[in-house]
Amino acid sequence: MTDIMTPTLGESVTEATVARWAKKAGDRVRKDEVLVELETDKVSLEVVAPEDGVLTDIAAGEGETVEPGALLGRVSAGGAAAAAAPAAEAKPAPKAAPPGKPAAAETKTPTSISGVTPVPAQPAQPAPGGAAQRILAPSAERIVEENALNPAAIKGTGRDGRITKGDALAALETRAAEAQATQPVQVAAAAREVGPREERVRMTRLRQTIARRLKEAQNTAAMLTTFNEVDMSAVMALRNQYKDAFEQRHGIRLGFMSFFVKAAVAALKAVPDVNAEIDGTDLIYKNHYDIGVAVGTERGLVVPVLRDADMLDLAGIEKGIAELGRKARDGALALEDLQGGTFTISNGGVYGSLMSTPILNAPQSGILGMHKIQDRPMVVGGQVVIRPMMYLALSYDHRVVDGQGAVTFLVRLKEHVEEPQRLLLDL
Amino acid sequence: MASYDVVIIGGGPGGYNAAIRAGQLGMKVACVELRETLGGTCLNVGCIPSKALLHASELYEMAVNDFAGFGIDASVKLNLPAMLKQKEGSVTALTKGVEFLFKKNKVDWIKGRGALAGEGKVAVTGADGKETTLEAKAIVIASGSEPAPLPGAEVDQLRIVDSTGALSLPDVPKTLIVIGAGIIGLELGSVWRRLGAAVTVVEFLPRITPGMDEETAKTLQRSLTRQGIAFKLATKVTNAKAGDKGVELTVEPVAGGASEKLKADYVLVAIGRRPYTEGLGLESVGLKTDPRGFIETDHGRTAAPGVWAIGDVTHGPMLAHKAEDEAVAVIERIAGKAGHVNYDVIPSVTYTYPEVASVGKTEEELKAAGVAYKVGKFPFTANARAKVNDEAEGFVKVLADAITDRILGVHMIGPDVGEMIAECCVAMEFQAASEDVARTSHPHPTRSEAIRQAAMGVEGWTMQA
Repeated sequence: MTDIMTPTLGESVTEATVARWAKKAGDRVRKDEVLVELETDKVSLEVVAPEDGVLTDIAAGEGETVEPGALLGRVSAGGAAAAAAPAAEAKPAPKAAPPGKPAAAETKTPTSISGVTPVPAQPAQPAPGGAAQRILAPSAERIVEENALNPAAIKGTGRDGRITKGDALAALETRAAEAQATQPVQVAAAAREVGPREERVRMTRLRQTIARRLKEAQNTAAMLTTFNEVDMSAVMALRNQYKDAFEQRHGIRLGFMSFFVKAAVAALKAVPDVNAEIDGTDLIYKNHYDIGVAVGTERGLVVPVLRDADMLDLAGIEKGIAELGRKARDGALALEDLQGGTFTISNGGVYGSLMSTPILNAPQSGILGMHKIQDRPMVVGGQVVIRPMMYLALSYDHRVVDGQGAVTFLVRLKEHVEEPQRLLLDL
Repeated sequence: MASYDVVIIGGGPGGYNAAIRAGQLGMKVACVELRETLGGTCLNVGCIPSKALLHASELYEMAVNDFAGFGIDASVKLNLPAMLKQKEGSVTALTKGVEFLFKKNKVDWIKGRGALAGEGKVAVTGADGKETTLEAKAIVIASGSEPAPLPGAEVDQLRIVDSTGALSLPDVPKTLIVIGAGIIGLELGSVWRRLGAAVTVVEFLPRITPGMDEETAKTLQRSLTRQGIAFKLATKVTNAKAGDKGVELTVEPVAGGASEKLKADYVLVAIGRRPYTEGLGLESVGLKTDPRGFIETDHGRTAAPGVWAIGDVTHGPMLAHKAEDEAVAVIERIAGKAGHVNYDVIPSVTYTYPEVASVGKTEEELKAAGVAYKVGKFPFTANARAKVNDEAEGFVKVLADAITDRILGVHMIGPDVGEMIAECCVAMEFQAASEDVARTSHPHPTRSEAIRQAAMGVEGWTMQA
């Protein structure tokens, strides 16, 4: 009998919802066959059978919330032989592996997953750092019990990692802050009765996460938006002239996004505050440029991250974005594709938006909104001429970025797009 | 030439504990001691004999003043020679005990004055003047401290005595002046007051026991005053003239003003202690003391390779248990282990009546550091055990961080609090919150319940007051 446990879900992901069981209790399963799909804040993942056998019972039904290490179900080994007596097998509930050395297990557990089927081939491990193994001060024990905190998730700063009262209070505060952001959504959902011409649909985890994080960003940051506009003539001319040669040479279409990413990196270098984040009373400046690119999918908006964008050429950026977009539409994004961005670009223009105020992707301090390119009459050298114009919006966290910095950022970005030769000259 | 893993200079609480620990860890170790007996100041002329006299004099005073109240009629007579003999007996028993521990742990006790004689060498001059040299891979200086002299009041150990002389006065003085309102002066002043002397304490500073939590110090001063000790604070001694039958002191206010003459049978100079580094041969390894005479160390390690220093010759409180902690840490580090002393959790006890015990930060220190803290206080008048013993003076005060509730300091005044402070040390060593102590079972009826009630008080749920 092997316990099927919820795998580690990656940094900052503490729980998942059981989305669908592919097998029923009593079904025969083969090694590596998908048993159950889990949905997390960020991705969906599949848990596969660790060995041939029979799925004897299901511990966490569809819709239930599970934490890493929680029991999902059990598979009895032995294929045909075991299939004969599934009912008898299901009755006793043998505990997961004896306590053993969970501390060691915890450190060995990978902290992020690399794909959508990250189930270890080995039999399941005990829950990492269960409550019994953590030493809590009497006061911390009270706080944990009264507030149903998970001691395994509290960092102990006391001697030998003991959890002090201060640690427990800090954990409580963190949770309260998180709860505050989600509470209004939940309350509204619970209170209202559904009318005859209405339909209640549970938000997917992704939707819930989007809702929570957007609201968190608004509640936390001192957010405001500054605008500018950019004349796209030069970039469009450049693109028209070279698009075929580019595609032939690099095997990818030359779009506008690569210019904007390049220009944004140049502007971030000029105004490092926009590439920083607040951590407590400190600022963390990031000397790397990982640009989140917002992608709409049928499940909702996701923001995969283009790594080290400053190191990429235009073709590299186009390829990277195309690959992330494909993965997003196929639901194939891994957690690490979504984590650690330093700045975000959102292009509402593809849907026809002329002007918008994007919301920050916390804990980042800036997000660029691109919009629809529209021919408009412009005054150039005393003459009214028709120019393909785009409005630009930069929403920023005023706690980190001054107005001057924000305006400078947009001006610098505008200059680079209007005169793309600046990119070549590194101006 | 005898060769050792470790040679320790000084056989006091720092030195003898270092020697024992080194022996336990299998090192070849020698301890060089100038005195004829082991134990240093603490055992011979410090903590131990003073506690013997404090205990005996307290029993005497209790018999005289308090027995009747408990329904015991007794006629009591002081026998000072016998009391001093009992004290000597305790000292001898304890110094012999250290000798036994040396044998048990294979420590070579080398009698004589030890001095550094270049890298890896210690020269020992015996009582007969003969010099031998020891080779040492590591040398630990644990030479301790001595009473600080007061210019103008030379100690002759006849009429003007220091803490050593005050332990063996031949008769009970009618009048005794103590110069210095520190712990030593107040303890020895208390001994002779209980035995019948009229005691006056003269102190340069405007308060007693500098460094002690101020509220606690004020309570102690009130209590000692009630017992009959007179205090002349903010007063300096400008001259002392010793005669056959007594001493005439000239004192004047620190702030300026008319000088005044005070007469007493004896004068005790107890203005503090200074590190004892005379004739240590520090220069032979290129070491110097700081301007106040201390040897500077980094976790016990001096600037000279292979030379370590612990206890009163180094910075920090001059306390036997601090030296003992450093001894263990330094020997373990010499042995390649991870010895460490937590200087934030070194308790201090004043063995007057009532006793004062404290650990961690005072309210004054927390205020100066801008730390937000909460106070929980509990008086012994509300403690059952203190009540039935009719010894309900004093209080327990717990200071804790306003946010995390971590205990930052504990200050107690009352009978036997010296025995109670260790609980608070363990709690602080484990970063306990006041609530942790408040939720820990304490036996009833004991004085220790006052600590729990005070800890409850930090968050406002003291139950028995």
